[in-house]
Amino acid sequence: MKFSEYLKYLIIGTAFGFVLVKSEVVSWFRIQEMFRFQDFHMYGIIGLAVIVGIISVQIIKRFDMKDAQGNPISIPPKDASQVKRYLIGGSMFGLGWALLGACPGPMFALLGSGLTIMVIPILAALAGTYTYGLLRDKLPH
Amino acid sequence: MLDFLYQPWPWYVAGPIIGLTVPILLLIGGKIFGVSANLRHACAACNFGNVEFFNYDWKTAGKWNFMFLVGTVLGGFLGGYVFANPEPIALAASTISDLQALGIQDFNGLVPDDLFAWDMLGTGIGLTVLVLGGFLVGFGARYAGGCTSGHAISGLSDLQLASLIAVIGFFIGGLIMTFLIYPIILG
Repeated sequence: MKFSEYLKYLIIGTAFGFVLVKSEVVSWFRIQEMFRFQDFHMYGIIGLAVIVGIISVQIIKRFDMKDAQGNPISIPPKDASQVKRYLIGGSMFGLGWALLGACPGPMFALLGSGLTIMVIPILAALAGTYTYGLLRDKLPH
Repeated sequence: MLDFLYQPWPWYVAGPIIGLTVPILLLIGGKIFGVSANLRHACAACNFGNVEFFNYDWKTAGKWNFMFLVGTVLGGFLGGYVFANPEPIALAASTISDLQALGIQDFNGLVPDDLFAWDMLGTGIGLTVLVLGGFLVGFGARYAGGCTSGHAISGLSDLQLASLIAVIGFFIGGLIMTFLIYPIILG
């Protein structure tokens, strides 16, 4: 991949990080407010993001659109029969999301905003990822 | 004129922009939006102990996503530092009073200083929130095969049942933490 190719992803990521901060999705307070069902803000964001996502993915599929390199676009399906994995893993993620008040994207956006302490949860998340890799064969999926 | 760069953006502006990330990444390179994959790629780049789960060509799989992640940090710098909103977040009054009852005092920034500060690392509360919280996010995201972006946005956009189950899991865990465990941690 050429540098100009990478630049595109850098720009999209920058827009993403900017919106995460401007919409306060990165805020521990907003996550608390969401899990307490005390404001529509977070539900509005996730809900509209999903609606826009569904419509655009449907358009891409319906018209068999190709990507910029001319390759067919395919989204690999996730195996929904692994219910344990999604439910247990998802619940563990949810425990962490509510505790830290940030999921992976916001961790990095907060770091960029000058909150240097986010280095600690990022390193902890890497340790968590690594630990999953080590224990993977022993966990129910 | 540049006021909108400093002000918080309402949900009906932010939601569609975040949603558009999915088709834009698909269209420019057939890429699937998901932030936590970067954590796996980082483990694959080091792979101490040659763990099988991290044995793959992370450069081919992950370079674009790493650039996206660098952008996310940069976007956070622009949105949260250069064009930082000087006002406290307009939270629901009920949230503020609930959190005050738990002992949270600082409502000025994006996160409370009561928890997110270097000197909190020396306390049980700080270690729990920052280290255990981060660990669970990393472990849980990989166990579930994705995080908020990969499941709640990308997966649901593709109407994947697996992602719906994962998002239900996110809320089971989140509600247990918020209503049952957090009051004990901060108590």
